[in-house]
Amino acid sequence: MRFTRDHEWIKKEGKYAYIGITDYAQQQLGDIVYVELAEEDLVLQQGDVLCAIESVKTAAEVYMPVSGTVIEANAELEDAPEKINEDPYGTYLAKIIIDDETELNDLMTEDEYNEFLESEAE
Amino acid sequence: MAELIFNLSKEGKCAFSLPESQVPSYEIDKKYTREDDVSLPEVSEVDVIRHFTNISRNNYGVDQGFYPLGSCTMKYNPKVNEDVAGLQGFTSLHPYQPEYQVQGALKAAYELGGYLCEITGMKGATLQPAAGAHGEMTGIMIIKAYHQNRNDNKRTKMIVPDSAHGTNPASAATAGYEIVQVKSDDLGLVDIDALAALMDDETAGLMLTNPNTLGLFESNITKIAKIVHDKGGLLYYDGANLNAIMGIARPFDMGFDVVHFNLHKTMSTPHGGGGPGSGPVCVREDLVRFLPKPVVCKDGERYYLDHDRKDAIGRVKAFYGNYLVYIKALAYILTMGPDGLKKASETAVLNANYIMAGIKDSFVIPYDRFCMHEFVLSGSRQKEQYGISTLDMAKRLLDYGYHPPTIYFPLIVHEGMMIEPTETESKETLDKFIEALNKIAKEAKTNPELLHDAPHNTYVRRLDEVTAARNPVLKWEKEQDE
Repeated sequence: MRFTRDHEWIKKEGKYAYIGITDYAQQQLGDIVYVELAEEDLVLQQGDVLCAIESVKTAAEVYMPVSGTVIEANAELEDAPEKINEDPYGTYLAKIIIDDETELNDLMTEDEYNEFLESEAE
Repeated sequence: MAELIFNLSKEGKCAFSLPESQVPSYEIDKKYTREDDVSLPEVSEVDVIRHFTNISRNNYGVDQGFYPLGSCTMKYNPKVNEDVAGLQGFTSLHPYQPEYQVQGALKAAYELGGYLCEITGMKGATLQPAAGAHGEMTGIMIIKAYHQNRNDNKRTKMIVPDSAHGTNPASAATAGYEIVQVKSDDLGLVDIDALAALMDDETAGLMLTNPNTLGLFESNITKIAKIVHDKGGLLYYDGANLNAIMGIARPFDMGFDVVHFNLHKTMSTPHGGGGPGSGPVCVREDLVRFLPKPVVCKDGERYYLDHDRKDAIGRVKAFYGNYLVYIKALAYILTMGPDGLKKASETAVLNANYIMAGIKDSFVIPYDRFCMHEFVLSGSRQKEQYGISTLDMAKRLLDYGYHPPTIYFPLIVHEGMMIEPTETESKETLDKFIEALNKIAKEAKTNPELLHDAPHNTYVRRLDEVTAARNPVLKWEKEQDE
């Protein structure tokens, strides 16, 4: 699992990769009430908006950690967006095919991300 | 729910009867007429009156009860100010009337500008902006004009605190600035070191409200002003929270350069229904020349609109702003007097501290020290221990007959609830409200289901806010026959 500075995670499994938001992100958002799911077959560049999440507090955009094509959005979230709050690392937003796997190297490892959070908190 | 007026429609019903027209009828060319029928409701006069009277009774306003909506200053607006604004001499004015006919109206505007300058310590005012955020945008455009006038063209950024009103970054972005966020420190104030690190010669300034959105006075304000000014930036005062400082502290003395008012909030206009509002802007002496034109000026005994201002940022509103709103503000200032305004701010601060002290044992107070005119509590204890969110508690307050406070703002407080009682509420009202909040905190523990399903006693129950926001049904459509 790799992490972005915008608090997304990406996990490679076989030929696909899964994208979600981190525990820190779901805590900051508070109770999530709606997820505007990504469209399938959408081709996106690294940093493009993948989808949007709405919580009782605010609305936030989720960005693509790497460039790729959306294969499937997690339809379960349509009726149960709170799953992201309950299990942020077990709940994906979209399944994608990565264009260029070297882009993963731009992202943080778990240790680096934790350090990043600590430095942000200071 | 009340029936839509369209559903009351019965063919042939009519709410008016006019004498037969004596003007010959005229056939309009078919290409200009619509083919389908207009589908207006066909109802009688009594249907119309009952329909709208019944809808109006489902409204809730500050004339009905306590309305502690944080950041919004829902104070009671004395009716005498409405009477003054309703005088025919004001309501019958036309903006194209020649100046010699409207000397009194211009004098009223001129004097209001003077009082606003006195309250803020500034030197010039524009009354044009029609609302708070409009005032913010105008103020930021003035800051931009100031930098450009000095040929200082590399300033592309505006700093905004992470606790700011959402309008601040929006206004600065509208004026063309890139937004840079400065974080708050552990005390809930602007982090001075973080600000110093961000402030550079590419930054146009800092937008701040003082007291800030946590209801805390930025006690480092003179240091903050120095950091911004030393790097050539200007300091903008968001007047949304002015109700805490009238007659006690002046933005100019704190080091601010530009300030806007929300006259509709601080100076007595019923608000919350979408306007009209009024967001005048006051500036320090060397920025007066950038104010939008025309500016009301005085020459001897004569008042006039000065259009001849080459550095002005232009007009920001058709004609001269929402005139009758500023007449209410003028009436408010004159009836309160300087001592009255000061007393209003003192009482607003006292009332907020009184509620905070009264609910302290039931809720987490994240920034636990004296507040100004409002404070923010956190429902985090109720959330963690009983699964009750601040939204649930706000909904439950409806059952007790209150308009709930602002919730989930500012964003830096978890499960935040922002309470602003204002100065116009009595100790009895505050006591009852404290009792209700403490009771709700108990209910969270003993009967969480009650809160989950709240409100129970209102005209409509818990609304599906997500669907309402996502798929709003904004217009009635006639059912088509298959």
